[in-house]
Amino acid sequence: MTQAKTLNPTAATFKALKCKECGAEYELAASHVCEACFGPLEVTYDYNTLRRSVTRETIQSGPNSIWRYRSFLPVATENVIDVGTGMTPLVQANRLARRLGLKKLYIKNDAVNMPTLSFKDRVVSVALSRARELGFSTVSCASTGNLANSTAAIAAHAGLDCCVFIPSDLEAGKVLGTLIYSPTVMAVQGNYDQVNRLCCEVANTYGWGFVNINLRPYYSEGSKTLGYEVAEQLGWQLPDHIVAPLASGSLFTKIYKGFQEFIQVGLVEDKSVRFSGAQAEGCSPIAQAYKEGREFVKPVKPNTIAKSIAIGNPADGIYALEIARKTNGSIASVTDAEIIEGIKLLAETEGIFTETAGGTTIAVLKKLVEAGKIDPDETTVAYITGNGLKTQEAVQGYIGEPLTIEAKLDSFERALERSRTLERLDWQQVLV
Amino acid sequence: MAVKVLIPTPLQKFTNNQATLECDGSNIAELIESLEKSCPGIKSRLCDEQGQPRRFLNLYVNSEDIRFLDGTETPLKAGDEVSIVPAVAGG
Repeated sequence: MTQAKTLNPTAATFKALKCKECGAEYELAASHVCEACFGPLEVTYDYNTLRRSVTRETIQSGPNSIWRYRSFLPVATENVIDVGTGMTPLVQANRLARRLGLKKLYIKNDAVNMPTLSFKDRVVSVALSRARELGFSTVSCASTGNLANSTAAIAAHAGLDCCVFIPSDLEAGKVLGTLIYSPTVMAVQGNYDQVNRLCCEVANTYGWGFVNINLRPYYSEGSKTLGYEVAEQLGWQLPDHIVAPLASGSLFTKIYKGFQEFIQVGLVEDKSVRFSGAQAEGCSPIAQAYKEGREFVKPVKPNTIAKSIAIGNPADGIYALEIARKTNGSIASVTDAEIIEGIKLLAETEGIFTETAGGTTIAVLKKLVEAGKIDPDETTVAYITGNGLKTQEAVQGYIGEPLTIEAKLDSFERALERSRTLERLDWQQVLV
Repeated sequence: MAVKVLIPTPLQKFTNNQATLECDGSNIAELIESLEKSCPGIKSRLCDEQGQPRRFLNLYVNSEDIRFLDGTETPLKAGDEVSIVPAVAGG
């Protein structure tokens, strides 16, 4: 059993844990819940110090990873775990933009984030760096797959013991992509919310660092880098509109926090950015609350192919709801069939193979444009958070097949002619 | 009519650091009253000013969220297990 202890950083710019609900402050320990009202705890910073000490130049001269924004992240020491996470491409998506009827669309492509091909590497790099500072030697998580991959990989790199909990029905690629790092994997017979609940009870009794439970205030800050990078990659400007997937809602709220912090310390000009969220219809508690004008999020039981975002009881749901409303954004949901179409559309127009969460984001992007909720002139950024090679089951049967031929020129030519005929028939069907 | 109640760490200061308690009540509302009798002060932590369970707290009866059952009217019987779990986790 490992013991958590508190550090009192002197040079660090982060100051305390503060309850988002009632404002109570706590020391910088491994703790995520307000003792008074059970609200979520969040890290606070000394923005005056940050404003004086951080410039665009100091950031640009830093490492080519999330750690160029170290002053905005809750770690006290120089000894961070840097496995090249972050600084993923911001791709100008002209072909997809034309297809949808937008003028300036970018894809923030975390499908190629390092080391495990999802945005989770950002939050885990921060969480495990902090876990080490707090004295943990075993780290853990409740995961829908991507987080397990990331926690296991980065724990292996850092030499930490690792035990991850996943729902037992995950995609094969996500299970294998965890097992390869040789952690202990608990495949729980139940959905993510049940896994999460079990982990809360385990976190109560074992002295482990659960990245998204007792380390959650530190962990979630890692997602702010998705905001910082987009601002920097747009030439130190904020976009007009962003679209991101909603699972717990944490990523969405932290992109917002990232933009706000850059405004506050003077790194970018103040500007209102519209925030729109994407959910799968089979697990859309936040989208339902948005649609019905409710102030609270009613938990649901997930039933969708978008397993990575299938959280029926989202911890930050109400905060995501608030942000979408106050920024004049939207929250929408799409069917599993639309999600598959979204995956294919992004692949065919931009050469980016995303997983189901990304398919959800693209399908919702399309839906919002068609509904007139995204102005064609807005500079829009869609966040692609995971890689399609991990959820191959989702598109199996919906894509083409290779043409098997003999190693002879005439066999090739016959097959080519056949495929062109099929293509023409396809077009005719579309026209009819 | 004893029901087993699982107490999360932040509330164990009300229960002499006990992680589980045996308690009475024919439904969740009564259970909360009975908890308050044996652990004074715990109700104001569990419930907001309107007496409803706080929005960042999940209550489960035998692993089912009471929001899928009858809320605070959810009936309890001897041998049931009630878990109190802070909601802010995961994702």
